[in-house]
Amino acid sequence: MIKHFLNLEWKQYFRSSYWQKNLAINILLVFFALYFIAMFLGLGFGLLFILKKTFPDQDPFVIVNGFIFYWIIVDLMMRFFLQKLPVMSVKPLLTLPIKRSTVVNFVLGKSVVSFFNFLPLFAIIPFSIMLIEDGFSTSMVLTWMFTMIILVLIINFLNFIIEAFSAEKELSFLPIISVVGVLFGLNHFGFLPMNTLIGDALMSIANNPILIIIPITILVICYAFNFKLLKSKLFLDSSLKSKVAEVNAADLSWTERFGDVAPFMQLDLKLIWRNKRTKSMAFLLLIGVLYGLFFYPQPMYRDLPFMSAFIGIFSTGFFLINFGQFIPAWDSGYYKLLMSQNIKYEQYLRSKFILMIISVVLLFVLGIPYVYFGYKILIAHFAAAIYNIGVNTHVILWGGSFNRKKIELDKKAAFNYQGTGAVQWLIGIPLMLVPMALFGLVNWLAGFAAAIALLILLGVVGIVFHKKLMKGITKKYLDSKYKMIDAFSQDN
Amino acid sequence: MIYTKDLSKAYKGTTVLNIEELSIPKGQSFGLVGNNGAGKTTYFSLLLDLIKPTTGNITSNEVVVDQSEDWKPFTSSFIDESFLIGYLTPEEYFYFIGELRGQNKADVDSLTAQFEDFFNGEIIGKKKYLRDLSKGNQKKAGIVAALIGNPEVIILDEPFANLDPTTQIRLKQIIKDLAKKQGVTVLVSSHDLMHVTDVCERIVVLEKGNVIKDLETNPTTLKELEAHFGSSAIVSQEEE
Repeated sequence: MIKHFLNLEWKQYFRSSYWQKNLAINILLVFFALYFIAMFLGLGFGLLFILKKTFPDQDPFVIVNGFIFYWIIVDLMMRFFLQKLPVMSVKPLLTLPIKRSTVVNFVLGKSVVSFFNFLPLFAIIPFSIMLIEDGFSTSMVLTWMFTMIILVLIINFLNFIIEAFSAEKELSFLPIISVVGVLFGLNHFGFLPMNTLIGDALMSIANNPILIIIPITILVICYAFNFKLLKSKLFLDSSLKSKVAEVNAADLSWTERFGDVAPFMQLDLKLIWRNKRTKSMAFLLLIGVLYGLFFYPQPMYRDLPFMSAFIGIFSTGFFLINFGQFIPAWDSGYYKLLMSQNIKYEQYLRSKFILMIISVVLLFVLGIPYVYFGYKILIAHFAAAIYNIGVNTHVILWGGSFNRKKIELDKKAAFNYQGTGAVQWLIGIPLMLVPMALFGLVNWLAGFAAAIALLILLGVVGIVFHKKLMKGITKKYLDSKYKMIDAFSQDN
Repeated sequence: MIYTKDLSKAYKGTTVLNIEELSIPKGQSFGLVGNNGAGKTTYFSLLLDLIKPTTGNITSNEVVVDQSEDWKPFTSSFIDESFLIGYLTPEEYFYFIGELRGQNKADVDSLTAQFEDFFNGEIIGKKKYLRDLSKGNQKKAGIVAALIGNPEVIILDEPFANLDPTTQIRLKQIIKDLAKKQGVTVLVSSHDLMHVTDVCERIVVLEKGNVIKDLETNPTTLKELEAHFGSSAIVSQEEE
């Protein structure tokens, strides 16, 4: 049976359409993976030396165990956002003579073969080797190593339990934030010293191998709980029974002033507000506003003028970049309708254009308080906003005509790569790097004022030629119409 | 009014549609029948310029559909659920389509009011998003949306599938009423021979992309069609 499942998985992966075009992402992911492996290996081999050097009079093994609590918390957070339960498309299997428990066991078993579970091994095993090399008792270190591996698996399954509970909620981050927050709070304010508690627990298990029973029991409980959760969900009716969302209708009559674009703007606003993925994107606006706070409080960045150009482009263009890069894939679900309806492509695109401009202006206005860190920052942000309006909006609309990937709107938002292709990576170059490079270069050659003037000039040129640019962009979209319709009607 | 000449569509060398000549006069109610893969949806998609013809073209009201967009104002269609915008309520969807077709809310309201029976109280005023409606109700909304804005050409792909018997009968009445109106050309495809013969003045049978029958509907048409499809079933049995 397992053989069949593995076979299905294999085919699902390699036969999915656009696997080839996903190559860029795959390569990038492999690159990231190798990078992390290297980091963890370095940590595993180097940690002992570092600890001995920094804390010469403490037992490094004890210190490490004291930190395990923080690692658990960080790992939980990371997994929550990045790791998904690898649910096979089980629906077709339900009517076949396969035991439900077999399907569930396979899904859960498959989750063990995850990068997130292998990554810690690259640190744990070398560290254990180094400990043994250093003269720690072999049996103790080995017990510790196995305990850690079990701990990794516990986190693995614990994460899925948390995810199962958060999947239902509107505010899906709440469960993980509260679990992690409470644990951290208990520890931080000294109510329950979790870090020493877990540290001591690990130490005592290492010293009394028999106690390894305890983590194993926890693991079994976590697995059983997941098994129960998943099995209860494995019915057709629970997936068929759709939650019926209450309609939230807002008054959008203010869009009427934009004339013939108004119906599209109303559609776009509803699109953003009524779908999971776009909704969380709208909340990202906040990050756009606060982005500068990561940098400006540090004098190191304040003295680099091209940094403020970069932050300006990024923070005033945050929505523009996030929303714009998936035009027209946002509408991929009903693209055929739009293409057969009585619409002008240019109106459709202009609606998105206006929306992006509004966001840039809004983000610039909200960012005005950055003047606190120096008037130059405000000027740079202003120039960046003009550049965003004049140049980047057009660039991103133009880039959109290369989009060939469908987006299903009601899928989860964070770290959802659906719809992402090479276009999304490449478009970043003209969008961010070009203005930064230009700004940096001119700033170095001719000073701050000239660099600002250049950005503003480019932006104004873009605004002046808006009509012409839009014409070219519209033509580009028309040319790729059939390809887009075809691509958007495929499931990836 | 809709004139098809030398039209063919091939995917990687396999021809899925090949129509030498087909003209549908203005005001005709036209039915397209055929088994799965006969090319019905392909023909409709070509008519809506959603796919590019390999050879030939379709002219609708003097407009070559793959060269100009001027056919859009007088053409409306419902092919499948991908014509619906899931995050809108049916009303909002109707208004949106209405605005694209130059109809204000009052126009749209008065049109949809005529379909109260057809909606059976499950569409309007329910405060539900289209994505949360059942397949049948989605279809109803899509079909009515295709009637907004006095189109001259209405294309409905498999309109009877997924509908309950009561609604099927009501839909037949709607299509008959449309056909009576002067100058509205209705194109319908279906697997259901009885329904098409009921509502269409003319029926074209497609098989593997070719037109093999072109019939004016009369009382014996249903028998003839049943005989045709029945015999091909017998032939294939014999071949086995």
